[in-house]
Amino acid sequence: MSAGAWRSTRNAAVLIVGLLIAWQLLYAIAGQAALAPPLATLRYTAALLATEGFRGHLSESMRAFGAALTIAVASGLLIGFWLGFHKLAGEVCEPILVALYSIPKITLYPILLLAFGLGMSAKVAFGALHGIIPVALFTINVVRNVKPILIKTGRVHGLRPTEMVRIVLFPAALPEIFTGLRVGFSLTLIGTLLGEMFAAQRGLGYLLMTAIGLHNVELIMAVTLILFVFAAAVSSVLLAVDRRLHANA
Amino acid sequence: MTRIGLYRALMIAAAVLLLEGLCLSGMIDRLTMPPPHRILLDLATILVSGSQNAAILKTLTNASIALALALVLGVVGAVALHGHRSAREILEPLFATYYAVPIFAFYPLLIVLMGLGDAPQIGIGFMLGVVAVIVNTLNGLDRVPRVLRKTARIQRLGMVEIALTVTLPCAAPYVLTGVKFAVAYSLIGVIGAEFIMSRGGMGYEISFAYTNFDNATMYPLILLILAVSIAINAALSRWEKVLLGRRGQ
Repeated sequence: MSAGAWRSTRNAAVLIVGLLIAWQLLYAIAGQAALAPPLATLRYTAALLATEGFRGHLSESMRAFGAALTIAVASGLLIGFWLGFHKLAGEVCEPILVALYSIPKITLYPILLLAFGLGMSAKVAFGALHGIIPVALFTINVVRNVKPILIKTGRVHGLRPTEMVRIVLFPAALPEIFTGLRVGFSLTLIGTLLGEMFAAQRGLGYLLMTAIGLHNVELIMAVTLILFVFAAAVSSVLLAVDRRLHANA
Repeated sequence: MTRIGLYRALMIAAAVLLLEGLCLSGMIDRLTMPPPHRILLDLATILVSGSQNAAILKTLTNASIALALALVLGVVGAVALHGHRSAREILEPLFATYYAVPIFAFYPLLIVLMGLGDAPQIGIGFMLGVVAVIVNTLNGLDRVPRVLRKTARIQRLGMVEIALTVTLPCAAPYVLTGVKFAVAYSLIGVIGAEFIMSRGGMGYEISFAYTNFDNATMYPLILLILAVSIAINAALSRWEKVLLGRRGQ
């Protein structure tokens, strides 16, 4: 194992142990009514993962998240490439996107519910809504910062816009685009879960919301733990890929 | 107004007019969304009659307290963390994952700890905002030129003095980026918490209006939240530009 890999493994171990200790301490202070201790939660989570009903919620959430992420990434990239490439359109639209990015999107959930109804499409829309703009904003900046000589060379070769994106812009901007996707991943995940919390009758977010309503502490902790582990695992992998791409660039 | 500003205004006006047309023609039915001019009139009625003033005041006060806490503790935390490379390396994966975890899952825990008053809502807003401030402040502190730190040391400044007079002012534009995120996050936290469980506030009123099909209250309140967050964000962006302009960037 190289020194760097060893260090990051050690860091991850220290972080996990630290979080577990903090969790146990918080339990000692706050008591049974507020949260469940780590060991009991792990046991509960293992039992929960084995139940049929839970797997239904999990697969529902995964499908919603997958659809939302696909929509967010595809439209984000499309908008980003278009606005990054067209100087005028970019200058006109970018501040609007920035303003939209800054609004608390959670307040829009009743509108989405009215527009899409209770169910899959509302939460997919909610997830995509969170992810599209950051992906688009990252892509705009990336495309603008591609070295002009690459674009000029592409023009000299008479590339059409689609070819230009595929052959020149995309490979040149890949590391930065990947960073945008990483941010988009987190935001789409939280968006989908929030959508499920407020606008669904299935899925992990719904399960969490029911648990909050019933004050089922163990279930709250278990669902949160599962989501945390999933998000942490995926974002660590994405972070590692991101670093490697940047190192090669 | 510049040509680009004009295009932008025209684009926004066109979008609003399109929405107005769709609503008036019945393509979007009245139960889904009232036409934009109706929303504005309803908002004026609500503001003039003062029927929602208590809720508006409560939410904005709580969000401001959450923002202030996130800002102060976030900046102090970042300054403290900046000197400790190993602590930072350990915490970095946590920061990268943080925004993919539904922090709202901790709301019941906070309710048990603090009671069903304003405190747990402020707590959620704070928890959402603080990491954005820490991450962006650290990013800014990383970019302080070494010569400034050396000069400060030659002047025999203490740790606190260096932070207050040299490094933080130098990192100000990045801190401001963090503040912009924290504004949105504190609103998201407070309003989201009010959606889930509370006894008042704009989030509570919106979800109450939603369950009663009271679009005349729901849409104006949503519009108000969006307008407030966009206005704050625009003001901060302008300030950021001034700060950057002074450095000739």
